[in-house]
Amino acid sequence: MLFAIQSLPFLWQGLLVTLHISVLIVFFALIAGTILGIGIVYGPGWLYWPIRLYSDFFRGIPLLVLIFFMYYGLPVFKVNLNNFAAVVLALTAFKTAHVIEVVRGAIQSIPKGQTEAAKSIGLTFGQRLLHVIVPQALRRFLPPWINAVVDTVKGSALVSLVGIVDLMLAIQQVIGRTYRPMPLYVLGAIMYFVINYTLSLASRRLEARFAYIRE
Amino acid sequence: MSQPSALSPVVRVRGLKKSFGPNRVLDGIDLEVRKGEVVVVIGPSGSGKTTLLRCINLLESYDEGSVQVDGVEVGFREGPGGARHRRGDRELSKIRADIGMVFQLFNLFPHLTAQENVMLGLRKVRGLPAAEARQVAARWLTRVGLGDKLDSLPSQLSGGQQQRVGIARAVAMEPKVLLLDEITSALDPELVGEVLNVVQELARDGMTMIVVTHEMTFARDVATRIVFMDGGRIQVEGTPREVLAKTDHDRLKAFLARIEMKRH
Repeated sequence: MLFAIQSLPFLWQGLLVTLHISVLIVFFALIAGTILGIGIVYGPGWLYWPIRLYSDFFRGIPLLVLIFFMYYGLPVFKVNLNNFAAVVLALTAFKTAHVIEVVRGAIQSIPKGQTEAAKSIGLTFGQRLLHVIVPQALRRFLPPWINAVVDTVKGSALVSLVGIVDLMLAIQQVIGRTYRPMPLYVLGAIMYFVINYTLSLASRRLEARFAYIRE
Repeated sequence: MSQPSALSPVVRVRGLKKSFGPNRVLDGIDLEVRKGEVVVVIGPSGSGKTTLLRCINLLESYDEGSVQVDGVEVGFREGPGGARHRRGDRELSKIRADIGMVFQLFNLFPHLTAQENVMLGLRKVRGLPAAEARQVAARWLTRVGLGDKLDSLPSQLSGGQQQRVGIARAVAMEPKVLLLDEITSALDPELVGEVLNVVQELARDGMTMIVVTHEMTFARDVATRIVFMDGGRIQVEGTPREVLAKTDHDRLKAFLARIEMKRH
């Protein structure tokens, strides 16, 4: 057991890398996905198909293919990204597609009458979004979005395959030295679980907080 | 606020046409509503009454003709040479702020209390400071008999109470005309009265209104004019006495008989 405890600082470094990557991806995907999601619902017709195509395409290919493409494939086009930039780009592109769908679903779940009532008292588009649609859509948005965040943390383990020492690769390196896989995989699993279970709890808490609408 | 002269109508609809696909819903409507008038629009479902109402505040766009509220064309801005340009969101919002609407399904904002529902437009559109908006909202809610429900969420109110909040939300903006779209159709029969009483009071106070309803007794009592629509056209128009006594018009007669039958 001692070696497992001795390896903790090293695993901690890996965990920080995992969190760092996840936070970046979640942040960029939230911004890009929200803008594109609003674009697909309210935007002009010429905006619909490009976003639709993007969302369907990126949700339709395996994440690992996307990571390898960004890291090993792009140099063919004279675009050389380091492994960190490549994985952040790949995972952000992938997650953005999910956020688009979550935003779209959340907005479209709000009855049309809400927009009409907001129009009828003279609210402008921005005001309708800010004061009427978003507060209601938030409740529909949060649970699937936090699912997507959990998926991101788990999916980020794939970055170990292009040589980034995240939690996953840190675990494997310790195993490589000690030839004792079991305790370390258990330890790693617990670390992933603690992060994601905390997120799930937060999600449930938030859902209750926004439960002012009774159907 | 600019006072329209006694001669210029608050709402003027000219040659209004509107189709949904191959379906012509409005087939040339002419209608003028003067200040303080209460025009009740009746007619079978599918006759275009609701669409007419929704064209007046451009929740529905129209294909041909003209809709003016207080002398301003709602759907278009006239460019040089009389070219029509669709109005942008900002211009439209400004026009809509002066046209109140109450909906069949209330459409209250479920995340806001009764008072906040009424305040939203006052704050964001009229630009009133919070304290003043709160006061105005409370005053209107008290007038519709909900002075003790200011902090209730819509989900905590009965249908009749919700609809009265809907009316307060619309009239608090001091609109030039109020559009009522079958506002009692979704209510239990015993709640209809409390809502219609509020409308009747507004009528007495001189609010200009266009009312789509199936409540004939109410129409007779409150209307300065009744308009009977069928097939996207206005078929009969006149005072309640004239219209309801006009038994030589077949379609109107059939419609009134059907309504009468449903009541008994």
